[in-house]
Amino acid sequence: MQLSVNGERRDLGGDPRTTLLDFLRHSCGLTGTKKGCDHGQCGACTVLVNGIRINSCLTLAVMHEGDEVTTIEGLGTPADLHPLQAAFVAHDGYQCGYCTPGQICSAKGMIDEATRGWASFVSEDLSATPRLTREEIAERMSGNLCRCGAYPNIVDAILEVVEGAR
Amino acid sequence: MRPFDYHRAGGLAGAVRLVADGARPIAGGTNLLDLMKLEIEAPAALVDINRLPIDRIEESGDGLRIGALVTNSDCAADPRIRRDYPLLARAILAGATFQLRNKATTGGNLCQRTRCYYFYNVDQPCNKRAPGSGCGAIGGFNRIHAVLGTNQLCIATYPGDMAVALAALGARVEIASPEGGTRIIPVRDFHRLPGETPERDNVLEPGELITAVVLPAPAGGTQLYRKVRDRASYAFALVSIAAVVRMDGERIASATLAFGGLAHKPWHDPRIDAALAGQLPSDDLFDRAADLLLEDARVWGSNDFKVPLARRTLRAVLREATEIAA
Ligand SMILES: Cc1cc2nc3c(=O)[nH]c(=O)nc-3n(C[C@H](O)[C@H](O)[C@H](O)COP(=O)(O)OP(=O)(O)OC[C@H]3O[C@@H](n4cnc5c(N)ncnc54)[C@H](O)[C@@H]3O)c2cc1C
Ligand code: SF4
Repeated sequence: MQLSVNGERRDLGGDPRTTLLDFLRHSCGLTGTKKGCDHGQCGACTVLVNGIRINSCLTLAVMHEGDEVTTIEGLGTPADLHPLQAAFVAHDGYQCGYCTPGQICSAKGMIDEATRGWASFVSEDLSATPRLTREEIAERMSGNLCRCGAYPNIVDAILEVVEGAR
Repeated sequence: MRPFDYHRAGGLAGAVRLVADGARPIAGGTNLLDLMKLEIEAPAALVDINRLPIDRIEESGDGLRIGALVTNSDCAADPRIRRDYPLLARAILAGATFQLRNKATTGGNLCQRTRCYYFYNVDQPCNKRAPGSGCGAIGGFNRIHAVLGTNQLCIATYPGDMAVALAALGARVEIASPEGGTRIIPVRDFHRLPGETPERDNVLEPGELITAVVLPAPAGGTQLYRKVRDRASYAFALVSIAAVVRMDGERIASATLAFGGLAHKPWHDPRIDAALAGQLPSDDLFDRAADLLLEDARVWGSNDFKVPLARRTLRAVLREATEIAA
């Protein structure tokens, strides 16, 4: 049984109780993905599975045979930052940094969802192509908590990437 | 988490057989794993149903058939749902977060368990978690608890949003039985009141598996989902209302309302719909509807506010729905 993590094949196995989060951190040694609440409430464990953002703490690794997982380590490297990573640095989108990998993976998933035309709770028209305003970004990122309260800068960072792409 | 055997279902028949043998289905896992970590749930075996071919939205008669594994995100994003069942899309988008909805499934969402704090705290008495141990919420902190259909055994609410919209839309749940047949239950009858067995949230029998939710022909009219919660986003409903209102000139031709946050199930009272049909909209009329809704309401100390909140929310929803429609 295998899955792919940041393009590398990894063997599944061992205890079926292992969450995807623990698998990434312990079996793969990829500690960028953080364990915050471990109950799907804080978003620190957000990763992309087949391009879709999910909470890796509320799913079992064995459920992901054949899937492609992308973590913060797979989005960019210190020498070659992903545009979102660069924007978070430029805008100080953090203080302690603990929620940042989850914020960035979530933002990547969010931008792709908007590109696919997904509406949010604050979208006026369910069928129109969403425009990622500050209000839309705040709503769409509400699954990622930041205890330092860096929210305004997080929105600034994401907005810069969204507008750069426009 | 307690140890369990993990099975992956190859086909529907195999899945039903495993469930009949006592294995718990796991779909998105966003509720079940949360509860397993806390050892509130401790199934000896899990059957992973994620690879079953019940993950499509298909046309069915004049309506749509939503497979049990369709994620909440895919359901809310489906162009037919957005166009013809905006109430359902709105209710789904009002719940949880994008990350959770990307995993949460139609079947799992219906079966999500209560958020009662005492249910979640294994050191507290709770008749739902440990039948016969008592109810910690009665006489305790019960801000999020029910005001309708309660009894001395359990005052928990069903916490979900999607099912409230499905109840207003008159959707039905398709269930595969261990004997090989299927049965169809209106969403309005799927969840139950606590009665003598508060440990049972719904009418699923051991060994049964939800395969789909079937929507009737589009209802048209004005469709609104109003969710009142402690934060502007990412919180469970204190009170929610799903409304489908059709006007005939100045008069209300028909109204179908369902309520969340008030009871152990999405609440639908046909007397309210009947009282509104054929009438001219007015605050007096809306108050009469609220009287019907709340005549048997019982409050428990910290949730007393829910009665006036439900009344005001109902008035606001009916005002908005009749004004937009007119
Ligand atoms: C932090 C947080 C906030 C949330 N906020 C909201 C909110 O505001 N509004 C809201 O409505 N919900 C909310 N939720 C709940 C969320 O919607 C549910 O967890 C989700 O819908 C459950 O779906 P699932 O597929 O993950 O179910 P699972 O966790 O896989 O399963 C849940 C239950 O359903 C059973 N089951 C699953 N599929 C089937 C089937 N086909 N047939 C029979 N039984 C089945 C399982 O055995 C289990 O008992 C929140 C959850 C979290 C963690
Ligand atoms: S209200 Fe129901 S779920 Fe909550 S403690 Fe009482 S019995 Fe348990």
